[in-house]
Amino acid sequence: MVLTEVIRLLSAEVICGHDKINLQVESACAGDLLSDLLTFSHNKTLLLTGLTNPQVIRTAEIIDLAAIIFVRGKRPNGETLQLAQEKQIPLLVTQLPLYECSGILYSAGLREDTSKETREEAKES
Amino acid sequence: MKNGTNPEADRDQKICLSFNVEGGNFLSAGEASIRLKHTLQHIGYPASLIRRVAVAAYEAEMNIIIHADSGVLKAEVTPEAVTIWAEDKGPGIEDIGLAMQEGYSTAPNYIREMGFGAGMGLPNIKRCADIFEIETHVGIGTKIRIVIFNKQKTN
Ligand SMILES: Nc1ncnc2c1ncn2[C@@H]1O[C@H](COP(=O)(O)OP(=O)(O)O)[C@@H](O)[C@H]1O
Ligand SMILES: [Mg+2]
Repeated sequence: MVLTEVIRLLSAEVICGHDKINLQVESACAGDLLSDLLTFSHNKTLLLTGLTNPQVIRTAEIIDLAAIIFVRGKRPNGETLQLAQEKQIPLLVTQLPLYECSGILYSAGLREDTSKETREEAKES
Repeated sequence: MKNGTNPEADRDQKICLSFNVEGGNFLSAGEASIRLKHTLQHIGYPASLIRRVAVAAYEAEMNIIIHADSGVLKAEVTPEAVTIWAEDKGPGIEDIGLAMQEGYSTAPNYIREMGFGAGMGLPNIKRCADIFEIETHVGIGTKIRIVIFNKQKTN
């Protein structure tokens, strides 16, 4: 799914990375526990979260998240925004709550990437 | 020890990195791990391997920041493996068995509000590592050693 489609589906506002809205996302994950996200995210993954602190951007950089959507109208502070600009990670804001966002994107065909198997394979290979 | 800017490569293609990590300093939290990650990208390590190294290093770095007073994150990169040491001065861990359990955390609420303190850090590290060793002394500090082998060698 192209990011512009995500933006349309969630009526999201782009607050960082306007030049990257044509990138392709292949999976999505949602949550407010960064360590959990570290275990099951994959490349070209979209993160839906209510967390807006700079740690979210660092986490995104560690696992190469494609883009971040802040739900329920939450806006990151200047520090977070600045870090995202430096790292060139697109940030979106939607007014919709997490559950609804997940439902919409899931119905539109964006799924969470295969979790455990892929992880174990990665270790084996 | 200075935070490593220029990785020193010797004749054996060994790169050593070292970063000071300050307890409670969330502003730069993750920087050391990201530098390690960039180093591996630069020398062309496989992406799946880089991910495991980055996640393990990041969790170890965060544990120093969250739970300890100060510490060092060191890494040695060779074509065969990445070894990471996370060593801190801090409270140590009373019950390692408990600490290794998924979901066990003593992190205070404000840490949880930042998205950490899910009690998944040490289990995550173990999952990413080929070798994982932990040595801890209550009231003194904790040392972790992580080895991740590069099975698809770069050269
Ligand atoms: N470097 C450390 N120094 C002291 N205690 C630690 C350290 N690392 C982990 N711990 C203890 O082990 C528990 C579990 O660690 P971890 O799995 O990383 O979860 P979390 O960091 O989310 O609490 C921590 O809550 C803490 O009590
Ligand atoms: Mg932890």
